[in-house]
Amino acid sequence: MKQPETSMETIDQIATKQGAAEKDGSAPVLAVEGLHKSFGSQTVLNGVSLAVSRGETLAVLGRSGTGKSVLLRLIIGLEKPDSGSVLIHDQDIAGLGLDQLGEIRMKMGFLFQHSALYDSLTVQQNVAFPLLHHKKEMSKSERNDRAKELLAEVGMEGALEKMPSDISGGMQKRVGLARALALEPVILLLDEPTAGLDPISAAEIDDLVLKLKQEHHMASIIVTHDLHSAKTVADRLALLNEGNVVIEGNFEDLQNSDDGFVREFLKHS
Amino acid sequence: MNDRKLNAVAVIHPLLPGQPLVPVSPGVSSSKGLINQFLEWFGDLGIFFWRVMCAAVTPPFQVGELFRQLDEIGSKSLPLVALAGAATGVVLSMEGRFSLTRFGAKSLLPAAIVFSIIHETGPIITGLVVSGRVGAGIGAELASMKVTEQIDAIEASAVNPYRLLAATRILACILMLPLLTLAADLSGLVMGWVAQALVEPISFHQFISSGFKGADFNDFLPPTFKTMVFGLIIGLIACFQGMRTRGGAAGVGRAATSSVVLSSLFVILADVVLVKLILIFFP
Repeated sequence: MKQPETSMETIDQIATKQGAAEKDGSAPVLAVEGLHKSFGSQTVLNGVSLAVSRGETLAVLGRSGTGKSVLLRLIIGLEKPDSGSVLIHDQDIAGLGLDQLGEIRMKMGFLFQHSALYDSLTVQQNVAFPLLHHKKEMSKSERNDRAKELLAEVGMEGALEKMPSDISGGMQKRVGLARALALEPVILLLDEPTAGLDPISAAEIDDLVLKLKQEHHMASIIVTHDLHSAKTVADRLALLNEGNVVIEGNFEDLQNSDDGFVREFLKHS
Repeated sequence: MNDRKLNAVAVIHPLLPGQPLVPVSPGVSSSKGLINQFLEWFGDLGIFFWRVMCAAVTPPFQVGELFRQLDEIGSKSLPLVALAGAATGVVLSMEGRFSLTRFGAKSLLPAAIVFSIIHETGPIITGLVVSGRVGAGIGAELASMKVTEQIDAIEASAVNPYRLLAATRILACILMLPLLTLAADLSGLVMGWVAQALVEPISFHQFISSGFKGADFNDFLPPTFKTMVFGLIIGLIACFQGMRTRGGAAGVGRAATSSVVLSSLFVILADVVLVKLILIFFP
């Protein structure tokens, strides 16, 4: 396992060196290697390895409770792995302090399954929140303008002053997505972006994710159990079962698989 | 104890990984469990405190949030604290008058009221009132944020939640408790005088002069500033209980309740220690 570097200069140097390779999509921006995670006696992840390059979208599929969301939480450092490594620009985030991890997290956007909007802030304030804390050079009006731009990008420009409780679940996802994009991340992590939405709202979110992918050229991981959504937005799919990646490839690879679990998953999706 | 009795009280531990099958009496088992839980809670509290301390002394400082919390914890607690102080002053006046008259020491009533309020009742009443109002508020607010993943969202936005949420609230509690204590003391003294003057006319100036006769700063400052420790206890326990919550709405309720119960309990226990220390260092 690589030793964690603590200097942000080192992170930036690594990022610069890899810049050219990342731009043509050849080097992974994000890689997880041999991730193990257990809660008590329950093993959730049992040696998961995945990698995503810039501009690529990977969909992680699997049954409920197979550790898909835990995988995203490990990637962004909200949980610590029992073993294995999470590499962002080849930098292992294990062992980093909260503030050092914060520097890495600024390169990542995270959409929570239930959006996790701040319920005491308006929609606009929610989106401006990361800017308020990390773009100190921006004036209040510049922050508000940027928040408006981001909300317009996700089609929520008409709800600036509304509270999160006053908008629908689909709208909350859009606002969550705008907030995740606020710091112009190079990695986007989406936890069940279409869960709990009607088919039309789910399709709208899929279209939005596709649009953002084309415009921002980010490395994205989408955790979902919605095969249709995964097929629409992802370049590659990885199917998790019992803590391991059963198969990784495009949709055709899944369809052509002889694995019993893969066939059963596709049959019921 | 014979074998039969031993068997009657013995239970077999559940099969936990790595744990041998050992007969253990239920009393021993439960008390060991309680002690373990208590030690674990204290350990977690210590780690939480360390994280908050580290976050509090390193930039970026959350000045805006601190001022918001000063208002939330200080200004909004003022009416309740002043009312509690006033009620205490009236009760002390009535009870003191009754008791001191029986012992022929009625002339000491202003001093008894003043010393009772500034030494003990003002600080402890403030501590308990704030632990009820603010402890429940902080515990419930942070617990609600925790179960709805808002604290995770703050962390995912690369903002340190210990700095933004906990350090600001704890610091606001530490700073506001002495000021609120002054408010409780003042309203207690004023209402103590009113209650006294209604029975036996006495000017406020005369009441205060008589009350503070022989008093110095050592009678006033240490008891007032000891409430900074109460503030630390209330803020720390409420933030800790809130930010470690699990389990939805029920968890939020438990966090609010435990914040109040534990912070009140520890305020009272700390008061015992602090009074002793004050008596030693400021005789």
